[in-house]
Amino acid sequence: MPETTIILDTTAIQRALTRIAHEIAERNEISEEVVLVGIPTGGDHLAARLSKILSGIWNHAVPVGILDVNMHRDDLDQRAAPTIHPTVIPFDVTGKTVVLVDDVLFSGRTTRAAMDALNDFGRPKKIQLAVLIDRGHRELPVRADFVGKNVPTAITEKVRVRLDIPGQPDEVVLEK
Amino acid sequence: MSWNKKHLLDIESLTVDEIVTVLDTARAFKAVGERAIKKVPALRGKTVVNLFIEPSTRTRISFELAAQRLTADIVNFSADASSFKKGETLKDTARNLEALNADFIIIRHSASGAPHFLSRVVKASIINAGDGAHEHPTQALLDAFTIREHKEKIAGLNITILGDILYSRVARSNIWALTKLGAKVTLCGPSTLVPKTFEQMGCRVTHNVDDAIRDADIIHLLRIQHERQRKTMFPGIGEYTSLFGLNKARLAKTKPDALIMHPGPINRGVEIDSEIADCDRSLILEQVTNGLAVRMAVLFLLNGGKGPQGVAGN
Repeated sequence: MPETTIILDTTAIQRALTRIAHEIAERNEISEEVVLVGIPTGGDHLAARLSKILSGIWNHAVPVGILDVNMHRDDLDQRAAPTIHPTVIPFDVTGKTVVLVDDVLFSGRTTRAAMDALNDFGRPKKIQLAVLIDRGHRELPVRADFVGKNVPTAITEKVRVRLDIPGQPDEVVLEK
Repeated sequence: MSWNKKHLLDIESLTVDEIVTVLDTARAFKAVGERAIKKVPALRGKTVVNLFIEPSTRTRISFELAAQRLTADIVNFSADASSFKKGETLKDTARNLEALNADFIIIRHSASGAPHFLSRVVKASIINAGDGAHEHPTQALLDAFTIREHKEKIAGLNITILGDILYSRVARSNIWALTKLGAKVTLCGPSTLVPKTFEQMGCRVTHNVDDAIRDADIIHLLRIQHERQRKTMFPGIGEYTSLFGLNKARLAKTKPDALIMHPGPINRGVEIDSEIADCDRSLILEQVTNGLAVRMAVLFLLNGGKGPQGVAGN
C-alpha cells in the first residue's frame, strides 16, 4: 500500500468549490454568458457541483457540458489507447465565456488538448480554467484562473480525486 | 476496457472485453461524425494505405473517410492499377509501402490469411478489410455496434443470418462476434451454402426460412456471392428468391420488432424485396454510418502504443 495523505476532505472540497463559484461570479459580470465544461473523469462531477452553487448565486440555471479530450492528446501513440468518455455539449459555445473545469492541473497538456477540442465546437468569447488542485510541474505555459488548493508535490507522487463514489466520502489524497 | 493489439486480423482471436472496447470507443467516434467539424487530430502525421487487391467500394471509402476524419494521410492502392499486374508479389508490394513509412496497411485480398501473412513480414499495423471467405472483422464489429444501439444488448438475442454462409467472410466474422457476445445465432439458406458443419461454431443450422426467422430479433441478410461460387450450388436465382428471399409475407410472420440488416451491396428483388430494404425496420443505411465510426475506433485503438493506458490528469 502506498503512503497516503488526505489533502482535502468532504467539507474542504465543498468549501473550495463555494469559493471558486464566488470567484467565477465576481470575475464574470454578464452571468448569462457563462457556461461550464467539465473534463472527465473528475472535472465533469466538479462542473455539475459548481453549476449548482452558481445558479444559487445568480438565480438562473448555468449550463454544463462534458468534454472528453482524449482524441486531442499529444501522446496517443506512446501509450495504450485511452478510454474515451462521451462528450456532451448541449449548447453553442460561440460568444460564451467557457469555464473549463478539471480536477487536477499538472503538466497542462490536458488543458491544451481541451482548448483544441473546444475549438471544434465553436469560438468562445473567453476560456477560463478552474481546477480543484494545482500540483505544479507544468510542461506548457498554462495557468488556472480559479484554484481550490495549491499542493506542492514531487513528480513521482500521485494526486487522487475521489468524488461521487457510492459508500465513500469525497476526498483528495496524495499518494507517495 | 483494454486494448493492446497491434493488428486487427480477425474476430476469432479477440476477447469479449476487446470487442466491447471497440464498440464503446466507436460510440464516441459516432458523436464526432454528428458535429459541424467532423475531424479530430488523433492520427495526425500517420500514414494509412488502403491496399485493396479485391474490388470494394463501400469498405474502401469507409476506411478512407475514417482515416481522414482522424487527420491521417491516406493513399489508395487498387489491384487493376497496380504492380500486381506486372507480377510483383504481395510481400514485395507491402515492403515497398513500408519503405514509404506507412503506419497502417488496410488490406482486402481474395486469399484467406493474406492479412496474417502481411502482419509477419512488415512493421506496420495491419487491418483485415476482408480476406477470401475467412473474415471481415470491421463488418462484424459495425454489425454488433448497430445491434447494440437498437437492442441495448446482444446477449440473449436471437440473430438469424440468412443467405450464402459458406462463401461469406461477413458470416464467419459475425458468428464469432455474436456468439462471443452471447447471442443465439441461427444460420439459414440452401443446404449447399449452409452446411451442418457450422453447428461446430455454436450456431443452429436450418434450411427452413420460416423456422429461421420466426423468433428472430435480428434478420441479417447476405448477398449471394456469385464471384466465389460455382454454378452448381443451387438451381437458380429465381428459386433462391422464392425459397429464401425476404418478402412482405415472410416478414409478416416475424416478431414485430425484428430488425433487418444487410452488409451491402443489396440485390433488390433477390435476397430482399425492394420495399423491405427501404422500410423503417431496415438498418441497412445505419450500418454504413456506424461502419465509419467503428473504423475510426479501430484505427484509434491500434494507434495506441505499449505500456500503461493514457489517463488524463495524472
